[in-house]
Amino acid sequence: METSNLTNKDNEILSLANNLRWDLGVNFHDTVIESIYEDASRIAQRTVAQEGDPAKHFDLKIDRIVTSRWLGFPIMFLLLALVFWLTVSGANYPSGLLADLFIGKLYPLLKQFAANIGTPAWLSGVLIDGAYLAVAWVVSVMLPPMAIFFPLFTLLEDFGYLPRVAFNMDSLFRKAGAHGKQALTLSMGFGCNAAGVIATRVIDSPRERLIAIITNNFSLCNGRWPTQILIATIFIGGAVPSYLAGIVSAGAVVGIAVLGIGFSLAVSWGLSKSILRGEASAFSLELPPYRPPRIWQTLYTSLIDRTIFVLWRAIVFALPAGILIWVVANVHIHGISIAEHFIDWSNPFAVIFGLNGVILLAYIIAIPANEIVIPTVLMLTVLQTGMSGVGAGAGVMFDTASIQGTEEILRAGGWTLLTGINLMLFSLLHNPCSTTIYTIFKETHSWKWTLVSTFLPIVLGLIVCFFTTQIWLLITS
Amino acid sequence: MNNTQGCENCPVHHKEHLIRMGIAMDRVDYVIALAGNPNTGKSTVFNNLTGLRQHTGNWPGKTVSRAEGGYSYAEKRYKVVDLPGTYSLLSTSTDEDVARNFILFGRPDVTVIVADATRLERNLNLTLQILEITDRAVLCLNLMDEAKRNHIEIDLRNLSKELGIPVIPAAARQKEGMPELIQAIEEVASGKYVCKPHRAKSKSPKLNHAIATLVKKLEEQFPGIPNLNWVALRLLEGDESIIDAIRTGELGTLSPTTFPTLAS
Repeated sequence: METSNLTNKDNEILSLANNLRWDLGVNFHDTVIESIYEDASRIAQRTVAQEGDPAKHFDLKIDRIVTSRWLGFPIMFLLLALVFWLTVSGANYPSGLLADLFIGKLYPLLKQFAANIGTPAWLSGVLIDGAYLAVAWVVSVMLPPMAIFFPLFTLLEDFGYLPRVAFNMDSLFRKAGAHGKQALTLSMGFGCNAAGVIATRVIDSPRERLIAIITNNFSLCNGRWPTQILIATIFIGGAVPSYLAGIVSAGAVVGIAVLGIGFSLAVSWGLSKSILRGEASAFSLELPPYRPPRIWQTLYTSLIDRTIFVLWRAIVFALPAGILIWVVANVHIHGISIAEHFIDWSNPFAVIFGLNGVILLAYIIAIPANEIVIPTVLMLTVLQTGMSGVGAGAGVMFDTASIQGTEEILRAGGWTLLTGINLMLFSLLHNPCSTTIYTIFKETHSWKWTLVSTFLPIVLGLIVCFFTTQIWLLITS
Repeated sequence: MNNTQGCENCPVHHKEHLIRMGIAMDRVDYVIALAGNPNTGKSTVFNNLTGLRQHTGNWPGKTVSRAEGGYSYAEKRYKVVDLPGTYSLLSTSTDEDVARNFILFGRPDVTVIVADATRLERNLNLTLQILEITDRAVLCLNLMDEAKRNHIEIDLRNLSKELGIPVIPAAARQKEGMPELIQAIEEVASGKYVCKPHRAKSKSPKLNHAIATLVKKLEEQFPGIPNLNWVALRLLEGDESIIDAIRTGELGTLSPTTFPTLAS
């Protein structure tokens, strides 16, 4: 009784409001808001004094350059290239040091210790050759580039450059039928796709938000940077004179990143013309003032919040993956390992796309984290080619300590410049990692869109690799 | 020597009583909402208060969901809620709904409005809209360092008098003004400082009459709500979320609303 009584009263209020609204006419809304705006302006006039020139003309000057029609994009690419060049050239040395420590020094000690206390071979294999080496590899290869890349990126963000990127890209995204703020979520995706997917909440229209979610995977995430950088250094940098190698390989990585932006635009356009049809909505984006970045604070927070966070995630996923790799390489059926079964079976199919069975298997094992693609590839290649004298036996994720070592193994596995290029392309265009897939599901609550976001990039990747390979073969034959 | 003694008598001096509680927030005494235009440094203020490291960045729209943290000061525990930045509370976007619903239904004890001192007029538009909804607010006039760089002078006393709430100058990135802000929050929360918030006066007698009629009805149904004038005004405008709140009784139960689901 109470409830129905309450409901009646509520309805009374609502119908009273309806009647009153009818009496008032349509214009009263404006008068209320107007009076607020008038008051704001009056109070501001009474309390704010501008003495001398505002310093804003400095901001305007920078903006005129970085958002200019002609210079906007070249500056963007140059900044991007500079960041990567610093990352590529700065990360090599500390990477080598870490690898030497964890794998060159600690690994034999651990093996020795395990043997001394009488650990069974399979157990020390799973734990030390599998789990430990996977983690050690991830730390030594990922920590240095991230510790350089993230602070640089955060400094740009703190300075206020990101909204300018969005401003530059806005018209492109609008032409693609997507939301201009997608440029911001795309930038976030360069750090981590899962973070980029969450960042799409800044987009209000569900249609445009879905487009931003589906295409976020085309932003090369940090888990894929090391792969790109390593393969570019070996195959692209190796194809040019050594004094050009650094710049050319950095250029190749920028090229892949820019290609990703291109795919982001093209797929957005395709989606907005087909299953997600609609007009781009307008929005206002304020260009914030440039602020001098707080160097130490930025270094600290980007190290703690981003680098350590991402590294921790990679370690958590690398651990079981390392065990899995060891198992598929060491459990034998009919005399050959599970891994070899799969590689032999999928190789003919993979070759059409300029890839190989090893790469396909590596991408399946690496679904939890893109970071472990390269170690998996190396381990499986050694297994497949039966190389001796490297690593410590079948299915051991060893260190090659140096880039040359990696190169030797890959070349022995039959890799060519084409395989390198295709791996870089496939690394850009394949399914998102499992964290991102889960995030997409959480954000969309839809199996359909989660599946679309997962399989669309794989299909695209296979198509792109196929044509690259066929055209390459036509030209070189 | 005397000078130092003077300092010790000032409540602001006891900054060491500030204990940042991060996300440990059981048994809170007061709930504080952080509202303001996009990119005015709300998240930086939030981090300074709570000791958390909500990611900050120099671009508008960075905070996409509500972040919560806590601190304790002078034996009281405060929960701080960092709201998405908005230009108005007119409910034209999800962000605005989130911010407005929290201030209205979440009933924070104090709403801290973080404003950009270099763009005061536009920031005041939102400030005045917030003051329409809530009685207890503090204006944190952030980015004072930038205002200085731009040779902007702000008459803080007068501004505080016009708005009827405490006005605290700050440079959150440099952690300046934070002890004063914490002190002002405490004074407003505990009722030592009584706000007399600026309210827009309607010039239309017809509208005033309509509001008065509606407020009378609302008072019978939802006694104890401080800003029925505003609720009435929103009802007259046919505001869907307010109509829903009345229909579901949410307006009466005072429950802090959850965020609208962002999924499509």
